[in-house]
Amino acid sequence: MPAETEVAVIGTGPAGLAAAEVLGAAGAGVMLLDEQPAPGGQIYRGLGSATPARLRVLGKDYAAGRGLLAALDRPGVSFTGGATVWEVTRGRSVSFSVAGVARQVAARQLILATGATERPMPFPGWTLPGVMTAGAGQILLKTSGLLPPVPLVLAGSGPLLFLLAAQYLAAGQEIAALVETTPPANRFLALPHLPGALAIPRYLLKGIGLLARIRRAGIPHFRAASGLRAEGEGRVEALSFTAEGRAHRLPCAALLIHCGVVPNVQASRALNLDHAWDERQKCWRPRLDRFGRTGADGILIAGDGGGITGAEAAAHGGRLAALAALAGLGRIDTAELDRRAAPERRALERHLRARPFLDALYAPSPEFLDPPDETILCRCEEVTAGKVRDFADLGCLGPNQAKAFGRPGMGPCQGRYCGLTVASVIAARRGVPVAEVGYYRIRPPLKPVTLGELAAMDLPDPADDDDGH
Amino acid sequence: MTTATDAIIAGGGLHGLSAALHLARAGLRPLVLERDYPGRHASGVNAGGVRRLGRQFAEIPLSVAALELWQRIGDLVGDDCGFIPCGQVKVAETEAELQQLTDRATRVRALGFEHEEIVGQNGLRAMVPAIAPHCLGAMVCRNDGAANPFRTVTAFRRRAEALGVTVCAGAPVTRLSRRAGVWKVEAGSGRFEAPVLVNAAGAWGPEIAAMLGERIPCRAGALMLMITERVAPFLTPVLGAAGRKLSFKQFANGTVLIGGGYRGRVEPEQNGAVTRLAGLGASAATVVALFPQLRGTQIVRAWAGIEAVTPDEIPVLGPSATEEGAWHSFGYSGHGFQLAPVTGRIIADLVTCGMADLPIAPFRADRFALPPARDTANHSGPRRRP
Repeated sequence: MPAETEVAVIGTGPAGLAAAEVLGAAGAGVMLLDEQPAPGGQIYRGLGSATPARLRVLGKDYAAGRGLLAALDRPGVSFTGGATVWEVTRGRSVSFSVAGVARQVAARQLILATGATERPMPFPGWTLPGVMTAGAGQILLKTSGLLPPVPLVLAGSGPLLFLLAAQYLAAGQEIAALVETTPPANRFLALPHLPGALAIPRYLLKGIGLLARIRRAGIPHFRAASGLRAEGEGRVEALSFTAEGRAHRLPCAALLIHCGVVPNVQASRALNLDHAWDERQKCWRPRLDRFGRTGADGILIAGDGGGITGAEAAAHGGRLAALAALAGLGRIDTAELDRRAAPERRALERHLRARPFLDALYAPSPEFLDPPDETILCRCEEVTAGKVRDFADLGCLGPNQAKAFGRPGMGPCQGRYCGLTVASVIAARRGVPVAEVGYYRIRPPLKPVTLGELAAMDLPDPADDDDGH
Repeated sequence: MTTATDAIIAGGGLHGLSAALHLARAGLRPLVLERDYPGRHASGVNAGGVRRLGRQFAEIPLSVAALELWQRIGDLVGDDCGFIPCGQVKVAETEAELQQLTDRATRVRALGFEHEEIVGQNGLRAMVPAIAPHCLGAMVCRNDGAANPFRTVTAFRRRAEALGVTVCAGAPVTRLSRRAGVWKVEAGSGRFEAPVLVNAAGAWGPEIAAMLGERIPCRAGALMLMITERVAPFLTPVLGAAGRKLSFKQFANGTVLIGGGYRGRVEPEQNGAVTRLAGLGASAATVVALFPQLRGTQIVRAWAGIEAVTPDEIPVLGPSATEEGAWHSFGYSGHGFQLAPVTGRIIADLVTCGMADLPIAPFRADRFALPPARDTANHSGPRRRP
C-alpha cells in the first residue's frame, strides 16, 4: 500500500525548493522527489558539492542558489534523490523508482516543479555523435567539471548559449566559434518590449556582460546563420552554414547546440490537464490560475513547467503554489493566503514584464521549427521531417495520429525530443496553427520502468478494479 | 444546410468504416460521423489480435469468415494492414487447464470447425521455445495472427473514401429523428439526412441506441495495454494463458505488447480512459512468471482504450428492435478487431437485401429483455413505437 504525505513536490529546482521552504516553515509534511541524486534542479545542479574553483567558473547567479537549499533542513521536509517519477495520477498518487525499486506515495497536495527542457533544435546531422545540447554540456561542467573536446563550436541562440560560452572561457576551454542563428528581424520585433525588460535591468546587463566577455576573448562570432548542417562520417567533423551571404564550413570535434527552453509538460500532459499554445514562447503551457492551481483538485504547477519565467521568478511561483497548497490543507485561511501571496505576486509580475523582450529577441529560427526533409525529427524511431510531411499528406491531422502513421514519439523518450517539431511540421504542411494540431498524448510510465519493478510492487488486488462510476 | 446522403454511420471506428466500405461497394454513398477522429478509441489502440482461438461459440462462424477476408485483406482495402499470420497460442500451466482446453477444442470440432488444435509440451516448445518450463501444452490456431490496428483503420478509411464515402471527424451525433422514412441527424455543427442509419459508435453505441428508444445494458470498459522497449526476438505467435489474464505478443521491431483483460478507469469527462497501476502490476507479474528473462525489460508506455462491453460479452449486430431503417454494430466487448472485415459486409447485406449470409441471431439487440428506455437523455430521439 502506498505511503502518505501531506505534500509531494516533484523537482527540486528553484520552484520546488522555494515551495518546500514555505511548506516546511508552516510545519507541513513535505516529500521532495528529484531524479538527480542531489537537490538543485538543472540550474543549481551540483551546487551543494561544488568546489570554490567551480563556483568561480559557474558564476554568482549559480552560487546564489545556496540560500534555497536551506529548505531541506526544515523538520518535516524530506528529500529523496535519484527518484525517477514514472506516474502521477489525478488522485495524486505518485509512483517512482529509486535504485531499481518502485514505490508509491499518496499526497494530499501535489506540486509539479518539473522545470524546463531544451527546445529540440533539429537540422540535418544533429543526431551525429559529438553533437549535444548546451544544456547537456553545462550539466557535465556543473557535476564533474568536464569540458568537451576541441575544436568546439557553439551554435544556436538564447541566453544559455552565451552563458555557457562565458563559463567555458572562465574554465579555460577554447571555443573555435560561436554561430548565432537568431534571425536578424528578432531585434526589431523585440524593441517594442524593451521598456518591460528595463523593469529588471540586471537581465539586460547580464546579457551585455556575457557578450562583452565573448567579444573580449576574440571568439569568431557568426550572426544570422542559417542552413545549418552537421557533417561527418560516424561522428561530427564539421558544421556548415551560411551567414551574411557567405558559406562557411567549420571543422569541429564537438558541436553544442541550443535554441531556448520550453516547459517540461510530460507530467501535466500525462495528467491530461488543459494546455494552451503560447505563440510568444512557441510552446505549450498548462492552464494555471494565479497560484499555479490546475484543473485537477490539489495539483499545482510551479516554475518553468508552467511557462518559461527564469529561476528567480520560479522561486516566487514556488512560494505561491506552496501557499495555495497550505490553504488546500486547511493550514491557512483565505485571508492569510491573499496577504502572503501579494508580495510574491508583485515580484513575480516584475519578472514577467521582462519576458516578452527576451522571448521576442531569442525566438527560435523558423528553420528549426520546420526543418528540411532529410532531418531526423524523432531520434528514437528515426523519423524524418519528410516522412512527417508525407503523413500529413495522407490525412494525418496531428502528432497523435502521426504515431500511428510512422511511430514518431513512440520510443522511450515519449516525444520529448520531437513533439514540438512534429507538431510544427504538420501544422506548416496543413497550413493551420500549431494550436490546432495538438500534441502527443503522454502515457504512463513517464520514464521507463522495468517489468520486474512493476511486478514486485505492493499494489491492490486488480480484481477490485471495476470500471469506475 | 442539410447534407443528404444514402446512409449515415455513427462511429468512425473499424466497424463503422467497414460498414461504410461495404455499403459503398454495394453502390451506396454513405457518410461517417465520428466524434473524435477515426480510430481514436478502441479501434486504434487495441492489441491488433487476429484471433479465432477461444472465441465464444456464437462468434465462431463470423470469426472464421473474417479470417478468410484477412487472408486477402489487400484485395478489400488496398493495404495488408500489417497482418502477419504468426499463430495464436493459449498456454496451459496445469493438467486441469490442458484438459479444459482439450474439451473445448473437441466441442468446437463437433460444431464443424477445424481451426483449434491441441499441442503438448513438445509442440508448445516448438512454437514458443522461450516459455517457462512448467507449461504443459496449449491450444493453438496456426493461421491466426495479428495486424496493426491504426494502420488497419487508416486502410479502411482510405479505401472507403476512395469509393465515395465521406468521413466527418469531430462530429458527435447529438440529435436523431426520423420523419417519412428519413433520418435527420445533428452532429457537430452539421445536419445530415439519410434513409439508413448504422450505429457503430463503440463505447457510445448504447447512447445512440437510447436515442432509438432501445436500452442496451452495456458498460464502458477500458482495456489496458503496455509495450516494452525493443528486445531480441524470442516470441513468434501471439500468446495467451488458460488460467491467467494475458495477451502477449512481440512485434517485428522487438517491442513486446502486453495486455490481457485488466481494466483501466473510464473517464467520461476526459473523453477516454486512464490506466490503473494495480492491473498493470498484475500483468507484469504474469509476464515475469511465464518469461523470467523479461524481468529487467523496460515498459515504455501503457494505455487504455474505451469500448462497450455487453452483459454476455458478444456484440449487438443487426437491425434495431424499435426503428426501421436502423442497424447496430457495436458492443464487441474488447474482441471486435478481427471481426471487422465481415461485420461491415453483414451490415451491408442487411441494408441492401434484408438478410445476412452468417448466423447473427445471437447478436439481436432485444436479447437483454429489459424494460424500455426512458427518454431521459438530452436528445430528442424518437420514442419506442407502441
